[in-house]
Amino acid sequence: MPTKTDILDLYFMDSRAKLLDIASYLDRLDRHEGETDFRQEGFINALQTMLETKENRAAAVLNTLSDHSTEPEEAATIQVAYGAPQNHENGSPEPQITSN
Amino acid sequence: MHYIEPHAHMVSRTTADYQQLAMAGCAALCEPAFWAGYDRASAQGFYDYYRQLTEYEPARAAKFGIPHYCWLCINPKESEDAGFAREVLQIIPDFIDKPNVLGIGEIGLNKNTKNELAIFEEHVELAKKYDLPILIHTPHLEDKLKGTKLIIDALKNANVDPARVVIDHVEEHTAGIVLDAGFWAGMTLYPESKCTAARAIDMLETFGMENIWMNSACDWGISDPLAVVKCALEMKKRQHSIKTVQKVIFENPARFLKQCKNFVLPETP
Repeated sequence: MPTKTDILDLYFMDSRAKLLDIASYLDRLDRHEGETDFRQEGFINALQTMLETKENRAAAVLNTLSDHSTEPEEAATIQVAYGAPQNHENGSPEPQITSN
Repeated sequence: MHYIEPHAHMVSRTTADYQQLAMAGCAALCEPAFWAGYDRASAQGFYDYYRQLTEYEPARAAKFGIPHYCWLCINPKESEDAGFAREVLQIIPDFIDKPNVLGIGEIGLNKNTKNELAIFEEHVELAKKYDLPILIHTPHLEDKLKGTKLIIDALKNANVDPARVVIDHVEEHTAGIVLDAGFWAGMTLYPESKCTAARAIDMLETFGMENIWMNSACDWGISDPLAVVKCALEMKKRQHSIKTVQKVIFENPARFLKQCKNFVLPETP
């Protein structure tokens, strides 16, 4: 089994780069005009969840970004997913097409 | 190293990709029926697609020594129109006896609707009628958790043997639900919307190496037909033994696929 140092050697630089991408993404959003929508609310909630959770962080983040309703929807109004549970009051952004 | 690619949409890929797969050690490849990126205009479009999956793609793969298998269905995105989906379902039995057909798939849910669920259940009945294994697509992103739970409930209600069902595209929040219920789990190495190699290996280390496989699900989106073999390389970096790597990328999919009457264990070095 690899040690913590082995894991750092394998993944620290990659994770550092991804962390900086998130930081610059947040700055980029702030710099630009207009309003964010439910996706950003979900993103911030997921970041907080990640920091507050002490184990199984990936599952916790995914759960934060999931629809927790239990009944089947009456009908599909769109074919795509957004990546965060939708707040209908904020309207629908242009969706990203998810293939497989 | 040799491996099985259990989920690849080769109709969307170039012949050069078959060449790369062969050179990377791909010993067999399985192609589930899926969404073309647009909704087909008629059921006849699916007839042509099933011919492509059962005639053209096996021939193209054979040029590189790769046995090609397929799964048949109408995908959940096009199942929202239940009348249309039922027309397509009537075509499927015409192809079930083709020599490269493994079973019914990839069926499942997309937006977790009543119509999608009804057509999913009708596919399950078709699989039961013809005694075929099932490959399941779980929904994308925010819809995955709910969809996975609805799918498992439906399968339990249908009294399907979970050992003959693989539930694909699991992530950290659904892998345990799937495996604990006795189903096989598939991890899809499709970084933007599914998981990375690093996360897939984390799941193997967390949930165990049994009844689980990984696939590229390479298609017309940004995807990598060599994702499985690249993940195998990352497993080696994580100090997993060659034996463990071979178990995950060859023996596990072989063990599940041997339940399909048309699957022949590929010859390997």
